[in-house]
Amino acid sequence: MTQLVWNGLFVGSFYALVALGYSMVYGIIKLLNFAHGDLYMLGAFTGFAVLGAAGGVPSSLSLPLLLGVLLATMAITGLAGVALERVAYRPLRRAPRLSLLITAVGASFALEYGMRAVAGADPRVYPVRLGGTPLEILGARLTPQQLVLIAVAVVFMIGLNLLVTRTREGRAMRAIALDPRTSALMGIDVNAVISRTFFLGSALAGAAGVMAGAYYGKIDFLMGFLIGLKAFTAAVIGGIGNIPGTMLGGLLLGLLESFGTFWLGGEWRDVFAFGVLILFLTVRPTGLLGERVTERV
Amino acid sequence: MKTGAAGPKVRRRGVDRPPTRVSRLLQNRWAGAAGLLVALLAPFVNATPYALSIMTSAAIFVMLAAGLNIVVGYCGLLDLGYAAFFAVGAYTSGVLATRFDLPLLATVPAVLAVTVLAGIVIGAPTLRLRSDYLAIVTLGFGEIIRITANNLDVTGGPSGVYGIPHLTDGPVSFYYLTVAVVSLAVLGAARLGRSRLGRAWRFVREDEDAAEATGVNTYRVKLAAYIAGAVWGGLAGVLFAAHLSAISPASFTFLQSALVLMAVVLGGMGSVPGVVLGAIVISLLPEVLRDLADYRFFLFGVLLIGFMLVRPQGLWPARSKEALRSDEALRSEEALK
Repeated sequence: MTQLVWNGLFVGSFYALVALGYSMVYGIIKLLNFAHGDLYMLGAFTGFAVLGAAGGVPSSLSLPLLLGVLLATMAITGLAGVALERVAYRPLRRAPRLSLLITAVGASFALEYGMRAVAGADPRVYPVRLGGTPLEILGARLTPQQLVLIAVAVVFMIGLNLLVTRTREGRAMRAIALDPRTSALMGIDVNAVISRTFFLGSALAGAAGVMAGAYYGKIDFLMGFLIGLKAFTAAVIGGIGNIPGTMLGGLLLGLLESFGTFWLGGEWRDVFAFGVLILFLTVRPTGLLGERVTERV
Repeated sequence: MKTGAAGPKVRRRGVDRPPTRVSRLLQNRWAGAAGLLVALLAPFVNATPYALSIMTSAAIFVMLAAGLNIVVGYCGLLDLGYAAFFAVGAYTSGVLATRFDLPLLATVPAVLAVTVLAGIVIGAPTLRLRSDYLAIVTLGFGEIIRITANNLDVTGGPSGVYGIPHLTDGPVSFYYLTVAVVSLAVLGAARLGRSRLGRAWRFVREDEDAAEATGVNTYRVKLAAYIAGAVWGGLAGVLFAAHLSAISPASFTFLQSALVLMAVVLGGMGSVPGVVLGAIVISLLPEVLRDLADYRFFLFGVLLIGFMLVRPQGLWPARSKEALRSDEALRSEEALK
């Protein structure tokens, strides 16, 4: 039982990290960035390349090294996200929503199969593996590395929340979410803030990608597709556009999946998760912590 | 597209310009007949089993694109799980035909019933949502259907259903049957687009709130588009099952849905001839670009972005009767001044 809870929290913290980027971008420019899951994939592959360039890894150093790689990867995927926004999304910001969604699907496709062309279709084995001896905590088995990964995820989430609620930058983001035109009149550089939002969201997705690669040990070019869908589910459960809600949604989805797998069997896990998504959208489309928004015409 | 706007004259691309020779050719009413003629004569040029199989697949793909065009092109609802309906149709007919030894034709009523039901089950809860939520929910449904087919025993699990009876006795006659069915389906979709319902669909696509305000029941209209799309996809699934005589979950991945969407966007959303052209291009492209197989899907993704940036109306854009009429009205107004 506690084992299920811990597993759920662990997987949920990945979901939450990826979902945060989704949720931030959606909150600010109301765009569903389908390519977000693929930025996670890009992060995993970038981490793979950086680790490969760093050469042999002594197993005693693996954790600090991994944190260094994590930061490098975050910078790279963040810049990729900014480039994506600049090339594919900014020119269409005033276009009908359908064109923007189709562009996002195209971006996702281009990233996935571009990576396939570069790195090949076969799964790659991560050079760093977080094994370690499991500890007994409250009757559940956890490795210290798992705990470190959860801690890193929590630090990122708290940092992001502080950034959005306490800083000048965060205030600009919230202002743009409310009304981009008035924000521009108040002297906010809207394009720059949106770029930086993409940077943050993509960097978090990249971090989750490296962590997933190091934990599961295997990466492939389609790994972002499913997690993109799951992250969206997490964001919807918590309330899309709402940062604490999204974190809650991620953890909750992880727990639900963990218990769903236990009751129904692993092959139904994804069906269960998407079922939850559809249920939430029908019953409470604003999510647990989201506010009801009336659409202006 | 808002037509007839007063105030400073805005040049709208493709509307204000007088029709060029190419666009007049594209609007020719005989374009469809010419296309059908080409399809009918193709087996006389090359009738190897391989070529026939490719052409039959292309025709089935045309039918899928025509169905998705109803949902995406006419009504403006992004469906990213269209392969789900294709799968529902193929599996319903395949399972019924193999379990109960029915001829494939006898399963068609059941397929119709099941696809309509699937359209309602998927559409009813999701069509009240914002359009971008709908996109991702349909994506989820596409995965649900595929994973379910993969897990159940009735559907044969990962290896799927095999030994599905053929509809006709030879590949040539099956090709002609497919062309006939697909032509009817394309024609039906085109007629539907010009009907009262079709006008309501386009109204919803252009401005849902305005449509609601003028008394269009937008929810029911959207559900109708969704069900129509489901039926087209399901019937294409029957043809698919008959063509390959074996189906498995691997045929109904997100990739398949995305390819159909690609065909619709490339050809021109809402334009029936454009969508047919797009479907033929997308389904025959792998045969032409064999050496580029690794880069094909990458290219598709880049093309999707490029088309949306540069030419969102597609290769063969739709020109609705209303636009033509308001064009004429504008011109006669200017002549009066």
